[in-house]
Amino acid sequence: MYHDNDRAKLFNRRALILGGGKAVLMGALAARMYYLQVMEADKYTVQAEDNRISTRLLAPPRGLILDRNGIAMAVNQHNYRVMVVPEQTPSLDYTLDGLARIIPVGDGDRARIHKEMRRRRSFVPISVRENLTWEEVARVEVNAPDLPGIVIDVGQSRFYPLESLGAHILGYVSAVSENELTEDPLEELPGFRIGKGGVERIYDLALRGKAGTSSLEVNSVGRVIKELERKEGEPGVDLNLTLDMKLQEYAAQRLGDESAAVVVMDIHTGDVIVMASTPSFDPNAFNRGLTGEEWKDLSTNPRSPLANKAIAGQFAPGSTFKLMTALAALEGRDISPDMRVFCPGSLQLGSIKFHCWKKEGHGAQDLVGGLKNSCDVYFYEIARRVGFERIAEMAKRFGLGAPSGIDLPGERPGNIPNKAWKKKVLKQPWHPGETLINAIGQGYVTATPIQLATMTARLANGGFAVVPHVARDLVTEKSARPRSAPDWPDMELSRQSITLVRKGMFGVSNEPGGTAYKARIVQEGMWLSGKTGSAQVRRITMRERETGVKKNDQLPWKERDHALFVAYAPEQSPRYSIAVVVEHGGGGSVVAAPIARDIMIEVQKRDLARVAEAKGVDSGAPASPDLRRF
Amino acid sequence: MLRPLPRNPLRLNRTDMSLRDKIWQINWSLIAVLTAISCIGFATLYSAAQGSLEPWALKQMIRFVIGMSLMISVAMVDLRFWMRNAYILYAIAMILLVAVEVKGTVGMGAQRWIDIGFIQLQPSEIMKIALILSLARYFHGASFQEIGRPIFLIPPLIMVFAPALLVLKQPDLGTAMMLVMSSGALFFMAGVRIWKFVVVIAGGLGVIPVAWQFLREYQKKRVLIFMNPEDDPLGAGYHITQSKIALGSGGLFGKGYMMGTQSRLNFLPEKQTDFIFTMFAEEWGMMGALVLLGLYALLLAFGYAIAMRCRSQFGRLVAHGITTTFFLYFFINTAMVMGLVPVVGVPLPLISYGGTAMLSLLFGWGLVMSAYIHRDVPISRRGLGDD
Repeated sequence: MYHDNDRAKLFNRRALILGGGKAVLMGALAARMYYLQVMEADKYTVQAEDNRISTRLLAPPRGLILDRNGIAMAVNQHNYRVMVVPEQTPSLDYTLDGLARIIPVGDGDRARIHKEMRRRRSFVPISVRENLTWEEVARVEVNAPDLPGIVIDVGQSRFYPLESLGAHILGYVSAVSENELTEDPLEELPGFRIGKGGVERIYDLALRGKAGTSSLEVNSVGRVIKELERKEGEPGVDLNLTLDMKLQEYAAQRLGDESAAVVVMDIHTGDVIVMASTPSFDPNAFNRGLTGEEWKDLSTNPRSPLANKAIAGQFAPGSTFKLMTALAALEGRDISPDMRVFCPGSLQLGSIKFHCWKKEGHGAQDLVGGLKNSCDVYFYEIARRVGFERIAEMAKRFGLGAPSGIDLPGERPGNIPNKAWKKKVLKQPWHPGETLINAIGQGYVTATPIQLATMTARLANGGFAVVPHVARDLVTEKSARPRSAPDWPDMELSRQSITLVRKGMFGVSNEPGGTAYKARIVQEGMWLSGKTGSAQVRRITMRERETGVKKNDQLPWKERDHALFVAYAPEQSPRYSIAVVVEHGGGGSVVAAPIARDIMIEVQKRDLARVAEAKGVDSGAPASPDLRRF
Repeated sequence: MLRPLPRNPLRLNRTDMSLRDKIWQINWSLIAVLTAISCIGFATLYSAAQGSLEPWALKQMIRFVIGMSLMISVAMVDLRFWMRNAYILYAIAMILLVAVEVKGTVGMGAQRWIDIGFIQLQPSEIMKIALILSLARYFHGASFQEIGRPIFLIPPLIMVFAPALLVLKQPDLGTAMMLVMSSGALFFMAGVRIWKFVVVIAGGLGVIPVAWQFLREYQKKRVLIFMNPEDDPLGAGYHITQSKIALGSGGLFGKGYMMGTQSRLNFLPEKQTDFIFTMFAEEWGMMGALVLLGLYALLLAFGYAIAMRCRSQFGRLVAHGITTTFFLYFFINTAMVMGLVPVVGVPLPLISYGGTAMLSLLFGWGLVMSAYIHRDVPISRRGLGDD
């Protein structure tokens, strides 16, 4: 039996050793399980969910933009687009080649897709072409089995039903460019567009809304198994503007082909009722994609259709600035209202002769007469006494020389010069003659139409620093709530000065001989009071004065005067202010004032309160509750 | 755990047992545990097919039934028959291994199968059993003095390394390792001095740099990825990473039967074969995995108890050798899917889908059962009856 007992003992001993070793190893297995399944369970659970769940964003509809009466200015339209999911294609080019045999795909599109593919994760669909016709959609759908990774998707695209009307205020939307990327996950969506101008840009975050999410269960190759959860996003906030598109349409028509801008605003609330800048453009073209030729036409047109001249056009205000000079003199008590200045047609200051626009002269002028006749010599004289520093100060109080603060992007500040400014910018001392020139709104003084309308509004409302706006409500990122009752800071001007200046403005429009008498409103209760301005854009030489100053229509367009007119109405209880600037239009009284008159008549006709007062019931004016805010 | 010893051991202590005696001696507890583990396998395969008997669970059940019959048949055969024919079986297995090398069908990127008409044979599986039988026979008659002589150990070493190298060349690192390790355990149980193991293991470690050269590129990669799976989470480390995610996300109580997202959504590779444990543990959690581990431990305990109760050295060595092989199967598999050892392609015994492994494992347990039935049968040095 070969020492079998010994061997059995040895075997048992060693079996215990090996069995013990196995027990230890199994203990290690259990410990590993504990580590993975208990200690690290949370981490791995998250990873398993990440594996399993793919979250896709649902684009919320962009908020609508409506005018004050609810007329739609910007809406969303269905947009059929074809998209490609790079990770589902055998090769991107293979799929695109296949697609190109069915519907046209440009080389530019291809380059863009490749570029976007590098930027985005491979399961994010990339838009190939938008705005497909029904026929194209059908063709792609029929061939879908041969086009791996191709998806047809119904998106929404922006549409501006009024086309060029109000285009400058609306702005437009277009794809997010790289340097505009923020943290908003919406920007990852294919074909997502953000506001690029106007209120579309200023209120972009509110209009965007919040993205919804769709949680999809996907397998290891990314195929969707089912939708687990769907959270609808919040649609963007609808934006109501203060604009009245009926009036806007009228204003745009009235301006016609001129390169011009009109702003009509409520002098108490700051509501901008009309803001037209001509020529305009069709923002839908931007959404479609402009052709090279269209873009060239728009960008090289000397009348700059793309610019919103109402806020970005900086013009010499010309004689409309005399309102500021007059107020500065009155408030500083440098002149008495009755003080007369004799106008012989020019004023000699040192060696330079400063001419009045009326060669023959106006004779003796007081403040009201000086305004009514727009006598340059009168204002030369009082400016000489006041000094430009104080005139500039007054102009700034009225909102000139700085952006008005309107809720639109791209506003320009205009310019109100003074000694310090000239020294800083031009590095030259201030000449006494410049006081005279700038006091009549020439020289370095520039202003935008919105500033002029605001200036007039502040004058008409009795000296309250109203600030214009185009959004009816106070819009934040999430909501829109009505603006609180206007409580503008008092500019602390004396009642007397304002009354005097307004008296002058009344004379301009309503007294025979006033520079805008021919463009007065005759309808009872609608009278307007205004101030004309013709801003010279070229220097009139001595030689020309001798041979007779050329008339505007004899000059090339670029050298003609800017025609300006500011006004408020109705005279008895002012409600609206207006500023009209016609670039190179000629004289303020013959070009700008009639436009202002016609628009102001329309504005007042649509004033529901007035209509109700006159006829007892509404007649023709739209009975929208919004209108009661007038 | 085990039924009490029969009252009259002398009844079994004889060279010839009747079939009725043998049937009377069948260890039903062992069969119950094997069946329980296999049933877990069927259920998991059913889940892996997303609630379908096709394509895996049903076939696996049929194989189990065949395997069970095979196991009981093997158990009925006298242990001495297996001892007498151990070297012949080894020779056949060796010939098959060489045949695979010469003319094998390429499957899974490795030459592991040989098609002998009705079944695809995996000679390395046969070798696992034949090697244990042969070594057990070799050491059965050896005295301490003989075992103490190094020259005596050379033939068994050749017996181990010849097939191990052939299997490694296929290449099948997992099986080669299992052959070497289970043989090592057998040497140890036979009474080879511990210091000799120390010398061999030290020598083996010295050879690793040389052996590294012989590894195939994918094997090297697997080892390197094992060292640091995060290096390549989407490439070759994908399997380990996804397996760990599946296990970990199962948590303590699992995601529920047929609810394993990792396996259902195909993030888990090879979920019906090598990574089936992961799937099971994802759906049943740590608790389920511990139950399975417990069943395996129970099986090991049976194996050890049987081995220690055998009167013949051959029976002891065979029972222990098979038990150790079984242990290596499930240890390497579970340790590999849990990221403790490199992925070497060892199935989870009785659960992973696969015919040859199931049959050879149950064949092995048939031998253990035979050792149990014939535990009191004395075996002579040459495998005869009394001497």
